[in-house]
Amino acid sequence: MSGVDYLAPASVADAVSALRASAGSARLMAGGTDLLVQMRGGRAKPEVVIDLKRIPGLMGIRGEGGGFVIGAATSGAALGEHEALKAAWPGVIEAANLIGSTQVQGRASLGGNLCNASPAADGVPALIAAGAVCIIEGPAGAREVQVEKVQAGPGKTTLAADEILLAFRLPPRPARSSDAYLRLIPRTEMDIAVVGVGVSLTLDAGGVCNAARVSVGAVAPTCLLVEAAGVALVGTTLDDAALAKMEAAVSAACRPISDKRGTAEYRTKVACVLARRAALIAKDRANA
Amino acid sequence: MSDGNQGGVNLKVVGQRPIRPDGVDKVTGRAQFGADFHLPGMLTGRIKRSPHAHARVVSIDTRAAEKLPGVKAIVTSADFDAGAAGEVEAGESHAAMKEVAANCLAHGKVLYQGHAVAAVAATQPEIAAEALDLIEVTYEVLPHVIDVEAAMAADAPVLHDDMYTKGVTPKPGKASNVAAKHVMGRGDVAAAFKAAGVIVEGSYETAAVHQGYIEPHACVASWGADGQSTIWCSSQGQFLVRAMVAKILNMPLSDIKVIPAEIGGGFGGKTTVYLEPVALALSRKCGRPVKIVMSREEVFLASGPTSGAVMDVRLAATKDGKITGAEMTLKYQAGAFQGSPVNLGLMTAFACYDVESLALTGYDVVSNRPKVAAYRAPGAPMAAFAVESAIDDLALKLGMDPIDLRLLNAVRDGAKTVYGATVRCCALVETLEAIKASPHYQTPVGKGQARGVAAGFWFNVGGESSAAVHVDEDGGVTVVSSNPDIGGSRASMAMMAAERLGLPIERVRCTVADTTSIGYSGSTGGSRVTFATGMAVVEAAQKIVADLKRRAAQTWECDIAMVEWKDGVATCIDPAKDVKPLSMKAIAGKSAKTGGPIAAEVSLNAQGAAAGFGVHVCDLEIDPETGRTTVVRYTAAQDVGRAIHPAYVEGQLQGGAAQGIGWALNEEYVYGKSGLLENASFLDYRMPVASDLPMIDTILIETKPNPRHPFGAKGVGEVPIVPPLAAVSNAVSRIVGRRMTSLPMSPAKVLAEMAK
Repeated sequence: MSGVDYLAPASVADAVSALRASAGSARLMAGGTDLLVQMRGGRAKPEVVIDLKRIPGLMGIRGEGGGFVIGAATSGAALGEHEALKAAWPGVIEAANLIGSTQVQGRASLGGNLCNASPAADGVPALIAAGAVCIIEGPAGAREVQVEKVQAGPGKTTLAADEILLAFRLPPRPARSSDAYLRLIPRTEMDIAVVGVGVSLTLDAGGVCNAARVSVGAVAPTCLLVEAAGVALVGTTLDDAALAKMEAAVSAACRPISDKRGTAEYRTKVACVLARRAALIAKDRANA
Repeated sequence: MSDGNQGGVNLKVVGQRPIRPDGVDKVTGRAQFGADFHLPGMLTGRIKRSPHAHARVVSIDTRAAEKLPGVKAIVTSADFDAGAAGEVEAGESHAAMKEVAANCLAHGKVLYQGHAVAAVAATQPEIAAEALDLIEVTYEVLPHVIDVEAAMAADAPVLHDDMYTKGVTPKPGKASNVAAKHVMGRGDVAAAFKAAGVIVEGSYETAAVHQGYIEPHACVASWGADGQSTIWCSSQGQFLVRAMVAKILNMPLSDIKVIPAEIGGGFGGKTTVYLEPVALALSRKCGRPVKIVMSREEVFLASGPTSGAVMDVRLAATKDGKITGAEMTLKYQAGAFQGSPVNLGLMTAFACYDVESLALTGYDVVSNRPKVAAYRAPGAPMAAFAVESAIDDLALKLGMDPIDLRLLNAVRDGAKTVYGATVRCCALVETLEAIKASPHYQTPVGKGQARGVAAGFWFNVGGESSAAVHVDEDGGVTVVSSNPDIGGSRASMAMMAAERLGLPIERVRCTVADTTSIGYSGSTGGSRVTFATGMAVVEAAQKIVADLKRRAAQTWECDIAMVEWKDGVATCIDPAKDVKPLSMKAIAGKSAKTGGPIAAEVSLNAQGAAAGFGVHVCDLEIDPETGRTTVVRYTAAQDVGRAIHPAYVEGQLQGGAAQGIGWALNEEYVYGKSGLLENASFLDYRMPVASDLPMIDTILIETKPNPRHPFGAKGVGEVPIVPPLAAVSNAVSRIVGRRMTSLPMSPAKVLAEMAK
């Protein structure tokens, strides 16, 4: 009879050594809202589950260097209640808060959302647009890497087998900056993105965009940073011509599949629509 | 049989809205559903299912699994008694038991992905799961066919080589997937079309949709050493489960006791068996109780959805809108075994309208999908989608208001239905007029929005039911119902008994009895329980009143004609007698002296069920850039006879509308090229969630109480799922600017139509 060992290490070092000792048979768990469902459905069959929530720093939000550090296992509910974080990064928070139901929000985390590596993850495009950086720990010590470098394909990440994602670093926010995340689902909640788009931008005193990042989800094997889409907005007031150029860049970047959740053609069209809408929301927020 | 016994005036309990008797248990989690039951020594059963859409089972090797410690029994179809044959009444249809058995455990061939091939019982769920992996099934994969028209093609892979289309003469020369052809009609349709001032026509399709009950199928079965067995399960009919299990395992009915659990939704989908005979066969093999609970994935893969359909409809009408003739062809998916509700589709399609000439043809078609099960007004919503779309086309073509057009054609009392019945106590006209006068319809359509209207019909049935009324020693009352409470029937049974007995509702409790504790009853289905079982309850209550009067007369030594029963008290109206009134409590407390316990049981075959009609109106908007539809306002009106508990009746209207809206917008079975279901989960099978819908307003039409029911009740549960498909699609079609002919109208499909 097969059983599953449950470990809840109290330090990063213990977690890393447990991970090494398991020789590939362990799965890390943050909120467990993906992992436990996969285990119940027989899609994941780990011999060891390593719960990260008791490691100091994995749960919680702290200010650092003018920005924020978010513990990888911090729940969506906790993120949604952090007023300063919400004011600085409304797009990241609205994305995190879209994951699952109210009950799931008590557990679901951005770290889990990223490492589950679904191309349709709601949290990831918003983090990529925000320019968030992952703080990763392994046997060789800590390293930092941009969020867009972490997903490698459906269910796959670039983290080494013995590395652990500890936290996200969100950069300091210049004045007149904001972000937004939009997704298309046929229903109003309890659903998975057919397309998701995050946009983060900064305006100058004259209302001209001087920095912008656009990221799309569910239109490729990983969530994508569409650099050309951001570039299309920079130096503009997000006028129609700039938005059209951004949409063209998004369209060019999309390489979706057709599946039960939507056709490739539909996803590409809607990615452009949502990118435009998200950019305008981010602009309004930046001006507010 | 009750007749004309209408208590329309001075009702004290009927028509009120007491708190539901099962409510507290359900909201606190105390209610015992199918999966909540445990017995000492109980084993976990699991089902091994086909990974293929269509394959011959070459061999099943259970040797390795049997050797796994903790495995106590393994069964295959060889453990069912081959003699299983004959038919069993199953809600709104009859079920051929040989096929029900072959659906529970495949015999020779697997006919759809998820088709059960073997089952195991083990001491732990993990061991059972491991044992499933150790059962080796060798398949010879066969070509498959999923869609109904592909299955009808001459070169389609044939599922059953002994299936020759019924209803065609001469008998076809070769087997096919068309189980039966049904033809219905009257009048001279060709002449109607020849003389028509206007003709509209269209082809429509709907996807297979699942009932979506929250509670997966679950049961515990325990075989006794002497063969006497007990099954605990949630179903829509404990007697139905008993009958089916007895046939499949070749047992006498009296050796099986089925105890109904609380049911977490059924909508028709729990009017058959999947697990119970398997669990009992496992228990028979090892002598221990066995519990089997389906996962949600199993529910989607292997329990009944309702048919997807392909339909053609053509209407002939005069220039002023009178429909004179109609032609319709329905092709319904039956799933892996025959028995789609296509005949019910034909019967209901034009039931709202007085059409002189009709030519209706239906095909019952098998394909490599799970066998369909009843779903709320089985067969009617799809046919209504096609007909109500065509009528909307007619309204547009004639520039007529859609309600006025329907009023012009509506059936009235005395009209003949295509299946031969005469329409009686029908309030369709009043229901249409109520919608027309409603605040919703009177409000102009909002900017960027559109409005759709549609009507719907359902027969509602009566049938066999039993009920008992027991007067407790303290003067309270227990009502014993024979039907699982799926839509609030415990409340309505208690209310009708309280009304007849003259007691406050708080003094009457209602329970649902097992198969050994009450007389036989048909299933909870066909919108029959409040009507038929309610009639048995009221007749039992009347017997109690008669008995109470007799006892009072005996006590007072007066003529029984001198005893009046009112408000739960016996009064002597003989002026010669100076006696104090006797309350229920007083009579019950001394029942030993007047003849013993006070109880009555009534079994009957209720006749005189009245059909129901519904009219729905839907306002919605569509995001023109994403094709996403939002329903912004929705009103459902229905001819309900008399509402026993109006809040429950309103809940039925709202629930039916919600399911119909889901059917219209997003729900569908999605199959890949290999014939495998791609969305066997609530995540990807998109039923509406609460936030998807506006508050659904309701209008109860009570102008025509059913004279054949003691309080005038008509069935109400099924009608409300019939109109929504077309009510939604008629509105979507207005915005898109062309007729939407294919459900579901998912965002991608709507956007593509808008771009045309």
